[in-house]
Amino acid sequence: MTPLDFVIAMGLISVVAGILGSLVGLGGGIIIVPVLTLLFHVDIRLAIGASIISVIATSSGAAAAYVRDKMTNLRAGMFLEVATTTGAVTGAYLTTILPARFLFILFGVVLAYSALATFQRRKAAQPLLVSNDRIANVLELHGEYYDEAEKETIVYKVTGTKLGLFMMYIAGLVSALLGIGSGALKVPAMDLAMHLPMKVSTATSNFMIGVTAAASAGVYFARGQIDPIIAAPVAIGILVGATLGSKVLGKITSKTVRLVFVVVLVAISFEMLQRGLF
Amino acid sequence: MRLTRQRPATAEEAALLDEKIRMTEVTISLVLRIGVTLSALIFILGLVITFIHHPSFASFSGSVSFHSLTSVNSSFPHSFSALESSVAAGRGSGIIVLGTMLLILTPILRVAVAVVSFSLEKDPAMTLVTIFVLLVLILSFILSGA
Repeated sequence: MTPLDFVIAMGLISVVAGILGSLVGLGGGIIIVPVLTLLFHVDIRLAIGASIISVIATSSGAAAAYVRDKMTNLRAGMFLEVATTTGAVTGAYLTTILPARFLFILFGVVLAYSALATFQRRKAAQPLLVSNDRIANVLELHGEYYDEAEKETIVYKVTGTKLGLFMMYIAGLVSALLGIGSGALKVPAMDLAMHLPMKVSTATSNFMIGVTAAASAGVYFARGQIDPIIAAPVAIGILVGATLGSKVLGKITSKTVRLVFVVVLVAISFEMLQRGLF
Repeated sequence: MRLTRQRPATAEEAALLDEKIRMTEVTISLVLRIGVTLSALIFILGLVITFIHHPSFASFSGSVSFHSLTSVNSSFPHSFSALESSVAAGRGSGIIVLGTMLLILTPILRVAVAVVSFSLEKDPAMTLVTIFVLLVLILSFILSGA
């Protein structure tokens, strides 16, 4: 396979990764990493560098539309970035201390549990009407968005900010340590702990993952993990895919978004367990 | 010091605040859009230059394998000084890495925009929150030693 074949193949696969990533609030690393390592036999360290680039591309590509369309909860997102960026900076320096295998198994189990909890919430997920959460009230993190699928404006309150912050710190840590899985923990933090509507959770996760990834991108760059011949087709493909995907989220129901997210979460959980166990 | 957002006293002030919030959303959206469009163009330029400089890469069934470019020993810039000389020499790989730098800078820029927007909205708590995030991001680059 020549470099040109590789660039074209990787670009096309990345379009698919961008569409999926922008819908469920993840970075597309779930597709990019296994495709690079299993299909193209690229070193895992370079694949993780490409994954970081794919996360930033998905985030900025889709968030441009989500912020304009008011799907993103800007205030909640920026507040939670305090925890994700701090987690990412700490994580980048823990890589050498903690054994990766143990981390993969641990997060594989955590994500499997999140998938189950997210699935079980499918019937109970109603927007919260009253909140006693002090931080959410002082910072006015509550919001509303127009749901194109339901054809109505949905007003919601936010709760559980402390648990949310803790989960976001872990999400930042994981993002820096493993290079994947940052959105996979962000969406459950907002959906399960903070009771944001599902679509707002994925759109806000999308908005945040770029900043989380940017906080560890410098380290990946300095370590020589960002290979230009991989980064270019991945970034271009993802940007095209995320732009397409961001036009779809408004139109599909929260239930569909939730189900797609659960399926993707189960897949990531398997991927992590497989990498930790074998 | 008051941390909570100043409540608009009149309907006029409320409308003005709404307008400022909308401005924030539009500006953030615009910064992201410009960032991704420019970096996508730089990526395409870098790829085109790479293939012009190395015609053997650009065939569909040649003998050069992409693995020569994607092994851990492949050479490409991974420090700011190497990036500078690579771009100055007009190498495709340097231009692509420059594009990734712009892509990485895009979310950081939108945090900077938020700092300005929240201070214009007279929202001290959120201004502090975004300043903190911006400082952590800057720190992460200083610590990386790139």
